[in-house]
Amino acid sequence: MTRFRWFLWGVVAVAAGLFGLFAYQLTQPKDEFIESAMIGQSIPAFALRAAVPDRPGLSSEDLADGKAKLVNIFASWCIPCRAEAAQLEVLRESGAEIVGIAIRDRPEDVSAFLQVYGNPFTRIGADDISEVQLSLGSSGVPETFVVDGNGVITYQHIGDIRPEHVRTILYQLREAGA
Amino acid sequence: MIAEFGLAALWLAAALAGLQLVAGFMGMRDEDEVLARLARPAALVQALLCGLAFLTLLWLFARTDLSVALVANNSHSEKPMIFKLAGAWGNHEGSMLLWVTVMAVAGGLIALVERRLPERTMLATLGAQAFVGLGFYAFLLFSSNPFERLNPAPGEGNGLNPLLQDIGLAFHPPTLYFGYVGLSVAFSFVVGALLTRQVTPEFARVMRPWILGAWVFLTIGITAGSYWAYYELGWGGWWFWDPVENASLMPWLAATALLHSASVLASRDALRAWTVMLGVIGFSMSMVGTFLVRSGILTSVHAFAVDPERGSFILALLAINIGGALVLFITRASTVAEGERFSILSREGALVVNNVALSAVLGIVLLGTLYPLLTEAFDVRVSVGPPYFNPVSAIFVLPMLVVLAVGPLLRWRKDSFARIRMPVFALGIIGLLVLAGVLLTSTIDILPLLGLVLAAVVMVGSFLPLRGRSLRRLPLAVWGMVIAHFGAGVTLFGMASDTAFQQERLVAANAGDVVEVGPWQAVLEGVIPVAGPNWNAMEAQLPLTYDGSEAGEARPQARSFWSPPQETSEIALVTRWNGQLYVGVGNQTEDGRWQLRLWWKPFVTFIWYGGLLIALGGVLALLGRLSVDVRRRVAVRKIADRKEDEAAFVQEAGA
Repeated sequence: MTRFRWFLWGVVAVAAGLFGLFAYQLTQPKDEFIESAMIGQSIPAFALRAAVPDRPGLSSEDLADGKAKLVNIFASWCIPCRAEAAQLEVLRESGAEIVGIAIRDRPEDVSAFLQVYGNPFTRIGADDISEVQLSLGSSGVPETFVVDGNGVITYQHIGDIRPEHVRTILYQLREAGA
Repeated sequence: MIAEFGLAALWLAAALAGLQLVAGFMGMRDEDEVLARLARPAALVQALLCGLAFLTLLWLFARTDLSVALVANNSHSEKPMIFKLAGAWGNHEGSMLLWVTVMAVAGGLIALVERRLPERTMLATLGAQAFVGLGFYAFLLFSSNPFERLNPAPGEGNGLNPLLQDIGLAFHPPTLYFGYVGLSVAFSFVVGALLTRQVTPEFARVMRPWILGAWVFLTIGITAGSYWAYYELGWGGWWFWDPVENASLMPWLAATALLHSASVLASRDALRAWTVMLGVIGFSMSMVGTFLVRSGILTSVHAFAVDPERGSFILALLAINIGGALVLFITRASTVAEGERFSILSREGALVVNNVALSAVLGIVLLGTLYPLLTEAFDVRVSVGPPYFNPVSAIFVLPMLVVLAVGPLLRWRKDSFARIRMPVFALGIIGLLVLAGVLLTSTIDILPLLGLVLAAVVMVGSFLPLRGRSLRRLPLAVWGMVIAHFGAGVTLFGMASDTAFQQERLVAANAGDVVEVGPWQAVLEGVIPVAGPNWNAMEAQLPLTYDGSEAGEARPQARSFWSPPQETSEIALVTRWNGQLYVGVGNQTEDGRWQLRLWWKPFVTFIWYGGLLIALGGVLALLGRLSVDVRRRVAVRKIADRKEDEAAFVQEAGA
C-alpha cells in the first residue's frame, strides 16, 4: 500500500518536473535557428568512411585542398532533404563542388535516396553517431556549410535550401574563393 | 449586436459553470440540498448557452462579418460556404470555443440522463466537470475572446490558410476535440469516484460509453489526419512522428488502455488503480497535446496559433487539473488499490500486459516528443525521428499484438494453457507460413517482415473468439471487439506492406516522356493551366497503364492560392484494390522539363481501412453497451411502475 503511494508520489514528481520544464521553456526566447559557433574557425580533424560504394569517404583534409566547397549534411530518412535535392542540383550545375555527410544512415538507404533524388556529391562520408555533425556545430538535417580552401567554415545555411536561397549560397561560395 | 450576443451567452454559461461547481461540491458534502438540486439544471442550461454562443460564431462566419476580428483574420468573402463555416473552428479562438461547447454539451448530457451512480458521486462528477470547464471559460474570456470587434472593419478578410481549405481538414480538428472532451468526461467521473470513494464496477460501466465514444473519435481523427498528411502535404508518407501527430497519438494510446482497463473493472472489479490512473493520464495527454500544439514550445511542421501567453494559460490549467487529480488519487490510494485477484494466465492477465505495453509506448512517444525540449534547456539541439520511434515502440507493440491475438481466447480469472493450445498452435503455424512465404519471395527489413507476419496472425486470431458461439446471439460488444482487433491487423498489414514494397521515382520529364514505377507506366501528355475559385494551377496530364492495360489518368496540380499567397501541391491518387499510385508535380526546371514524383504503394490504403474498421468496432461496442443500458433502464422502470400500481391497488382495496 505504502509502495503504491510512493509510486504515485513519483508520478507527481515526474509531472511536476515536466511542468517545470514547460514553464522554463515558455519563458525562453524562441530562436528558430542557432548559428554554429564554428563559423570562422577551422574544421576539426575527422575522417569518415564512404557512405556509398561509388563515392569516396570524407576527411577534414579533403576540405582543406585549396578549393572552396559546400558541405551538405543530409540523411535518407529526412524529408526536407528530398525537397532541397533540386536546389543542390542547381548549385552543382552552377559549378559548386558539393560533398555530403550522411547522418545515421545505411549504405543501401543512401544509395536508394541518391538514385531517386539525384547525386550532386563528389564525396560522401557516413556519420553514424552524428559525431562530425555536432563538431561542425550543426544540430539538424539538412544543413549546408560553405568551407573555404583552407578548411575554414565561412557560412552556414540551416534547413532545406529553397530556390530563393541558391543565389546567397553561390555568393557566399564565391566569397570563400571558389 | 450578434457578436455581443454570443459573448453574453458565453459569460452566462461561465457563470452557470460556477453555479454547477458550487452546487456539485456542496451537494456532495450533504451540506445543502437546495443547492444540490441546482447542479443538474445548471449543467443543462450551460450546455444550451454554450451551444448558442457557438452557433452565433458560425453565423458570424457565414455572413463574413468583418467587424469581428476573428472573422477578418480567418475568413474571406470569396471563400466557399463550407470553408467559411469550417473557418469558425480552424483557428485558435474558435477551436477553443468549440472545445468548451462540446464539453458543456457532454456535461449537460450526463446531467440529463445519467442516474445509475450514487447521487453524491454524480454531484462530485458534475462539480469536477464544472471545475475543468471553468478553467477553459477563463482561458476563452480573458485571453482568447472569439467575439472581439475590429474597429474600423476592414474591406476584405485575410483568408484561410489554403492547406486548411480541404474538406477532410475541416472536420479533422473537431473530431479530435470530441475525443479529447470525451476523455475529460471520463476524467470528471474518475475525480467524482475518487472524491466519494466509489471506484466500483458501476462507475466503470457508467464511464465506459464515454471512453468508447472518445476513443472512436480519436481513432477517426488520427486516421483522417494521417490520410490528410498523406495526400495534402505531398510527401508520400502517412506518419511522420511529428509532435502534432504524437500529440493526438498519446491520448489515443491512453484511451485504448483505459477502455480495456474499464472493461475489466466493469465485469470483474479488478484493475481499479489502473483504470483511475489511465483516466487521469488520458485527459492529461489531451491537455499536454493541446499545450504542445498551441504554445509553440516545440517546433513542428504545423504548429499554429503560437503564443507563449496562451501556452502559460494551458500550462496552468494542466498543472491545476492534473496535479489536483494525482494528489487526490494519493489520498484515496487505500480505497482504490484493492480488487479481485486473478492469475497471470487469464483474460485479466492479458489485459494487464496490454495496459503495460500501451503505457510503455505512450511513455516512449512522450519521451521522444519532449526530449528535444529537455536537451534544449541545456542548449543542445537534437531532433528525434523515425530511427528512434519505430524500433523502440516496436519492442512493445509486437509482443502486445501477439497477446491481442491470444488474449480474447482466455477465460476470466484463471485459465490453463492446455485449453487454448490448439488455436495458439494454429496461429503459430499461420505466422510461420507467412514468414516462410515472404522470405522466399522477397528480401525486406526485419520490422516490416515481423509486421506482415503479425498482421496475418492478428487478422486470423481476431475471429477466433467467435469459435463455437452462436453468431446470431453474440452480443454487439463482442462483434465490436472482433472487428476492432481485425482492423488493427489490417492497419498493420498496410503499414508493413507499404514500408516493405513501395517504389519511388523522381524525374524531370518533357511532354511525351514515359515514367515507369512498379507495374505502372505514365506518359506525360502535357501540362495545362487550370483556374479554381480562389487559386490557379498548373496541371500535369498523365494517362496511365497498369501491367500493360489502360488504367485511367492522373492529374496532379501545383496550385497557387492568392489570398493569402501560398503554393501547394495537389497530388493525384489512383486507387486500386491492391494499393495506390501517388503522383505529384513540382516546379518547371530551367530547360522546360517538369518535376514529377511517382510512388507505387502496395496496399497502403489498408492502413486507413483498418483505422475505419477499428472505429467501426468501437461504434458497435458503444451501441451494444448503450442498448443493454437502455433495456435495463426500461426494465427497471417497468418494475417500478408495477410496484406503484400494486401499491395503488392495495391502497384502493384498503379504502
